[in-house]
Amino acid sequence: MLQERIPDLSKYVEPDRVRREVYTSPEIFELEMERIHEKVWIYCGHETQVPKAGDYYTVQIGRQPMIMVRGSEGKIHVLYNRCPHRGNMIAGDRKGNTGEFFRCSYHAWTFKHDGKLRSIPMMESGYAGTRINKDSPELCMKHAARVENYRGFVFASLAKDGPSLKEFLGKAIVAFDDMCDRAPEGSVEVVPTCFRVIQHSNWKIFLENQLDALHPSVTHQSTGRAAHDVEKLIEKETGKSPIAYHMLSAFATVTIDKWDNFQTINYPYGHCILTGYMGLRPQDPDTLAYDKVMIKAYGKKRFEEIVGVNIHHVLLYPGLSVQSPLQQLRAVRPLGVDKTLTEIWHFRLKGAPEPIYRRSLAYYNLVNSPSTLINADDLENFWKCHQGLSSDGGDWVSFARHMGRDLEKDGAVETAPNCGTSEAPMRNQMKAWAEYLRG
Amino acid sequence: MAKNGVQHEVEQFLYRQSELLDGKQWQGWIDLFTPDGVYWMPPEPSHTTWEGMPAIFAEDKNLMTVRMKRILHPDAWSQRPLWETNHVVSNVVIEKETKNEVLVRSRFHMLELRRDDVRHFAGRYLHTLKKTAKGFAIKLQRVDMANAQAAYDYVIQAWV
Repeated sequence: MLQERIPDLSKYVEPDRVRREVYTSPEIFELEMERIHEKVWIYCGHETQVPKAGDYYTVQIGRQPMIMVRGSEGKIHVLYNRCPHRGNMIAGDRKGNTGEFFRCSYHAWTFKHDGKLRSIPMMESGYAGTRINKDSPELCMKHAARVENYRGFVFASLAKDGPSLKEFLGKAIVAFDDMCDRAPEGSVEVVPTCFRVIQHSNWKIFLENQLDALHPSVTHQSTGRAAHDVEKLIEKETGKSPIAYHMLSAFATVTIDKWDNFQTINYPYGHCILTGYMGLRPQDPDTLAYDKVMIKAYGKKRFEEIVGVNIHHVLLYPGLSVQSPLQQLRAVRPLGVDKTLTEIWHFRLKGAPEPIYRRSLAYYNLVNSPSTLINADDLENFWKCHQGLSSDGGDWVSFARHMGRDLEKDGAVETAPNCGTSEAPMRNQMKAWAEYLRG
Repeated sequence: MAKNGVQHEVEQFLYRQSELLDGKQWQGWIDLFTPDGVYWMPPEPSHTTWEGMPAIFAEDKNLMTVRMKRILHPDAWSQRPLWETNHVVSNVVIEKETKNEVLVRSRFHMLELRRDDVRHFAGRYLHTLKKTAKGFAIKLQRVDMANAQAAYDYVIQAWV
């Protein structure tokens, strides 16, 4: 029916541009939720968010309120947050521990961690002769069609069929390998604070910004310049300023033309990698101490491979932006056509010395916290974009930068040398989007 | 009588601090801190230190200066138009007083207008004030916002 209201989807997406309604139409938003978010693999959370049996976190997948819970047998389940009796939400809190079972607050139906019905009050006397008996499958809390865990990162798909998580992620799976491999113990654990920020704009505007290598020196120059000034001042006074200042000043000191030196690699399903400056290896004592621990754990050759991975950001379409070298990620939850929630998490490299954690923590606090010195100006642009796109001032959004210079290689699209600011990631995302929406 | 004197001085100091914020007198506000002073807003009330912990703010004077310079930069896009804030500070209680320091807790309520949107932030301040020849200076200001853990509708750009 939705399809009938949007008769010709192909009219909305051309190789180098898309129509504004793609961002602003409530009908298209509903179709996206149905055909993308409620179908593909969506990130639920990290397994260390729910270490003990009964620990749970609620998570939104498309329009569906879900619960990620650790079962008594150790397995992680993803369930619809709904009682099969009268539809009451089972978990009212965002997170917690449910004990040995879930208990509905309305009529005390109880469920095991895997969603199976455990008990109904007055089962015998109240339901004799009705269709209700304790073995009816419809009396279980419904679970996500598929759940998979890759190196601790838990994903769910609400569709029975489709590619496996590994097939879906393809080469972009490097997001998690790069993060985990940088830990001497080969895995990460979550830092138990989630920063949540609401953007008043369509979810795709955020994703398109993530690998837009042209925007940092324009959008973030105020913070880049301010940090640069103070960085120089500290250097003058003490000889050396903390690396956090450099992380901020790089937003301005790398000028527009330099961003072309970076590269994006675009994969099927809309995923994409931006290579870049965070891959640089400083030679300070903290890093050298870390290198030692890593070489001990992996051997020299493997160590060089691991720290040689050159990634700034990995975008896993349609809802996850991973900054693996700094062990942080942003999960994108569309709340409406013009409202998007980002959940921002930081991870600790298991077995790495404390200063390495502190270094990425500084980035988490300065760039990704609610007092962000960086994202504030992105959010302003996102809001302005959404406002402009809601107007009749024009019909199209252009993604033509460096078009026609992309190189196809092993099923991926790489931007050509000195074309790092190519809008190839946006073209790639919209290509995937159109394929999803055609169904 | 002496006790009342300190209470009055502390209150006047807190009022001055909030007036500097509302008046966007950023440098004047930063100058209220000791050279090693820290402004700290934990994301959760259970946190007891900012060292090694996620924090909404954990800023020394250098980072405060970055924030000030950024806000004042002509191309800080989200800061045009500038916002307005109104702080009310109350329930001022001296927790502890020693020869060199005063530990004081208080409550605040801040209204912010940004474009046409009004937001409210409220919570507790815990000031560790150092007695100096020129009056009080802030060694540590802990800010526990009642809404610290809520989702942020847009972000926060200046100190609360």
